Amino acid sequence: MWPFRSRKSKQMAAKGLMCQQLVELLTDYLDGALAPAVHQSVAGHLAECPHCSEYMAQFRTTILATGCLRVEDVPEAAMNDLLDVFRGWSG
Amino acid sequence: MSNDSDEIELVRRLRTRDEAAFREIVERYHGRVIAVARAHVPTRAIAEEVAQEAWLGVLQGIDRFEERSSFSTWLFRIVSNRAKTRGIKERRSVPFASLEVEGGPAVDPDLFDGMMWRDAPSPWGASPEQIATSGETIRFLEQTIDTLPENQRAVVMLRDQLGWTSAEVCESLDISEVNQRVLLHRGRAKLRAALDQHFTSAGGR
Repeated sequence: MWPFRSRKSKQMAAKGLMCQQLVELLTDYLDGALAPAVHQSVAGHLAECPHCSEYMAQFRTTILATGCLRVEDVPEAAMNDLLDVFRGWSG
Repeated sequence: MSNDSDEIELVRRLRTRDEAAFREIVERYHGRVIAVARAHVPTRAIAEEVAQEAWLGVLQGIDRFEERSSFSTWLFRIVSNRAKTRGIKERRSVPFASLEVEGGPAVDPDLFDGMMWRDAPSPWGASPEQIATSGETIRFLEQTIDTLPENQRAVVMLRDQLGWTSAEVCESLDISEVNQRVLLHRGRAKLRAALDQHFTSAGGR
């Protein structure tokens, strides 16, 4: 999986996660889908790197805000159409 | 998607052809029905048609609905199935599951230099709660979600807007857990980038 494929980034990964690698792992991290050792590396990196920690905060805020998008109320016309469907079915 | 006693009562009333119960169920779920349909089909207008077909399907199936799964799970399964049938008719000749997942990083590589941050991400200057409850931000986010690639938008809507589990999203869209997370990650990364630009554009980047 990108960016672990190249030899260069493997060397970097051995030393610990780089910031650019970390930001690509956040959804897997939040879903608990990473191998335990990688999960630990992400947690450790986030605890020490203020930039990645800020990015993570923004990522979480984005998710929170998306969850606040409201679904629409039923427009009166749509409700009337559906009540017609109901009456056709029940009648 | 839990089965509360209130929901069970509504379903029982619906079985007796109680119109008020139907109205209440529609008021409770129609917004989410539209959102689920919209996750599967390319336009709002088609989503509305799918929603109407799904409600008819609910009425036709309600006498056979067994209360083993929750009503909402059953309802959204009907919506997903109608939407899929419709999506295929709407010339989405490639099934959703086989849509290529684009390669490369989800986060703009220009933000990094030697895999480290080129510049520190700028704080957004408001608490997450303030941001998430700002009508202006929410409208901006809604518009941005509409610009995401179709498969990313679908996963973001179901997971993050409607709060479905990974398993529920995979079942609804017929995709693997891995693809689901890749699409979700790409969608989220784009939304974060758009919000970042939105909040920091006054100062330029």
